[in-house]
Amino acid sequence: MKSQPIDTFAAGVDAGTRASVYGGVKAVYQKRTKVLFDHYADPDRLRALAGEIKQHVVENLDSYLPALEAKLVANGVKVHWAPTAEAACEAVHSIMKARGATKMVKAKTMVSEEIELEDYLRRRGIEPLETDLGEFIVQLDHDHPSHIVAPIIHKNRRQIAETFEKNGLGEYDDEPQVITQRARRFLRHKYLEADVALTGANFIVAESGRVVVVTNEGNSRFCLAATRCHIALIGIEKIVPRDRDLGLFLNLLARSGTGQQLTVYNEFISGPRAPGQPDGPDEMHVVLVDNGRTEALASDCRDILRCIRCGACLNVCPVYRQAGGHAYRSVYPGPVGAVLSPLLLGKRFPEKADLPKASSLCGACNEVCPVNIPIPDLLLRLRDRAHAEGVPSPGTPPMGAWAVLATQPAAWKVALLGGRLINHLPTSLIPVPALRAWESKRTLPPWRGGEFRKWLRTRRRPE
Amino acid sequence: MHGADRTPVTGKRVQLMATCLCDAFYADAAKATVEVLEHLGCEVLFPEGQTCCGQPAFNGGDWPASRRVVRHAVRTFSSADPVIVPSGSCAAMMFHGAALEFEREPDLAEVVALGRRTWELGDFIVNGLGVRSWPGRFDASIALHRSCHTRGTGSSDAIALLLGSIAGVRLVEFGEGEQCCGFGGTFSVSFPHISGAMGDLKLDHVRASKPDLLVSGDMSCLMHLGGIADKEGAPLRTMHFAQVLRDAALKTS
Repeated sequence: MKSQPIDTFAAGVDAGTRASVYGGVKAVYQKRTKVLFDHYADPDRLRALAGEIKQHVVENLDSYLPALEAKLVANGVKVHWAPTAEAACEAVHSIMKARGATKMVKAKTMVSEEIELEDYLRRRGIEPLETDLGEFIVQLDHDHPSHIVAPIIHKNRRQIAETFEKNGLGEYDDEPQVITQRARRFLRHKYLEADVALTGANFIVAESGRVVVVTNEGNSRFCLAATRCHIALIGIEKIVPRDRDLGLFLNLLARSGTGQQLTVYNEFISGPRAPGQPDGPDEMHVVLVDNGRTEALASDCRDILRCIRCGACLNVCPVYRQAGGHAYRSVYPGPVGAVLSPLLLGKRFPEKADLPKASSLCGACNEVCPVNIPIPDLLLRLRDRAHAEGVPSPGTPPMGAWAVLATQPAAWKVALLGGRLINHLPTSLIPVPALRAWESKRTLPPWRGGEFRKWLRTRRRPE
Repeated sequence: MHGADRTPVTGKRVQLMATCLCDAFYADAAKATVEVLEHLGCEVLFPEGQTCCGQPAFNGGDWPASRRVVRHAVRTFSSADPVIVPSGSCAAMMFHGAALEFEREPDLAEVVALGRRTWELGDFIVNGLGVRSWPGRFDASIALHRSCHTRGTGSSDAIALLLGSIAGVRLVEFGEGEQCCGFGGTFSVSFPHISGAMGDLKLDHVRASKPDLLVSGDMSCLMHLGGIADKEGAPLRTMHFAQVLRDAALKTS
């Protein structure tokens, strides 16, 4: 019996990588639980409230988006609409070209990974440099992030030290402090050489047009301090209605994502440098990226657009812990990715229709989600969709015969008795592939079909 | 998940949904459920036409097949008496999963109504009948696996309350209790590697707490965990909590 692609991938993950991933995400999960439950009597109420606010935004995107655009324009920001990944890349490139710019410093943004911006720009002679330490290491290694918050969770410090040595950043030294210092020294003058800074946004506020960027390394501040032009690449679902909602969202984002009370640096960017302001980019662009989001919005899985990309569902997920992020063949891995990644493909959904299967439906993802997304329900809806579209699903037992038995009580009773046959068959002869697959890892208990019903009919009732 | 919208319990007549797993493999867990309910003064009806809750196909993505089975369950458990299930998973299928796959079906209301009168056994004893302690004696240290489908329901706390109240029972905590055992229905056969690894991890934690037995409200988790332990040649004693309650109350009196 064939198993699913993610299971096959997980079987090939080496023990060291699994230990890095498991240990890393488990520690963050534990910090998250502590920093939420130590400080709040009922964090679940906060999650529910944040979920309602984001769901409200998702349901009303059609009015929030034009309102946001008007605000951004009034703030002096140039707004670009990007229906596709290609259009988003083009928008960024044309801004660079118009300025004659060739060097970009980037803060961490998953949307830039999603639209494969780096490749696009490199092919056009532009050097986009990652300034987040994890993303910088990913870039040096020509690797991909395996986690949306901790991109190199799959690497250990020895591997990172080797990467640094290979790239001429000093002799082998795996002291985290040394690694960080070397990255810092290398990056410092790169900020000064760059023409353009690219960031994502954790939130964008509809009522004020404020772009909110949080980092723990302060790298986005350096990006914005040193360059004259700021491009913010933002998914259209990143809106929160009011500035005062940020109190709730920044709180939940940091606690859920990294187990901090608040991320170290929280930037609120209201537009380009105003006359009279001493510093900051003279030019600010916001590229609003759709790239499949309106298709997700039109589906019965639109709740996934509430996501604030904290990574808590990855950290708690037993499947992610075993398989790691690369198993998902997507920019967004883990439970949220298993919903979002196939949805963002639109008509090419079947290519990733296996991702929603990669879950025991344990519900831990929903339990930790700061915006209370019912991820298991969405995974189930996508399984139904995959089945309805006829996408093959290796290893999933066919249900036709079972459904026939389970709707005909007489046949069911016969099967209960007949099943006893398997007590006398060696595993290799059991005519049901699913049972053979079961027995590859576990023994099967003795079949006792009919025994309970017989007992019920024949027992002496207690008085 | 399952709370205020539930049909209140008025009488003491109940319908038992034994679950296909107990029907096929775990006859004694089903017997214990009957005996526990009767010990509480309930009249237990067993609709003979019952088969399965529909969950295998629901999780497997074949919703049309699952809906046929759920419709059969709706017909089978048509009486207004509470439906008691010795499984958090099958109970959740009735009060949550089935409603999800019937969202756009004309008979949604009947499915939702069945869900409202469906109870996981421990939840029913504590939150339906108001029983908060259990008589008798059972000398064992017990590791209680809180099965995933009881998340967000009253079941896990109810089961822990009942077990903890039995003279002689010592509940032992184990690491990463919130993590899934790796069963997951069809997941266990289509993701054999990950499912097995999750099971191994759960077993490591359980064994580290050195319990006399592993108890759960779901035989499916125990079938998976017990099966792995067996295959490894290090069997682990497992019991449904109904069997513990039955043995405590009836075997010591």
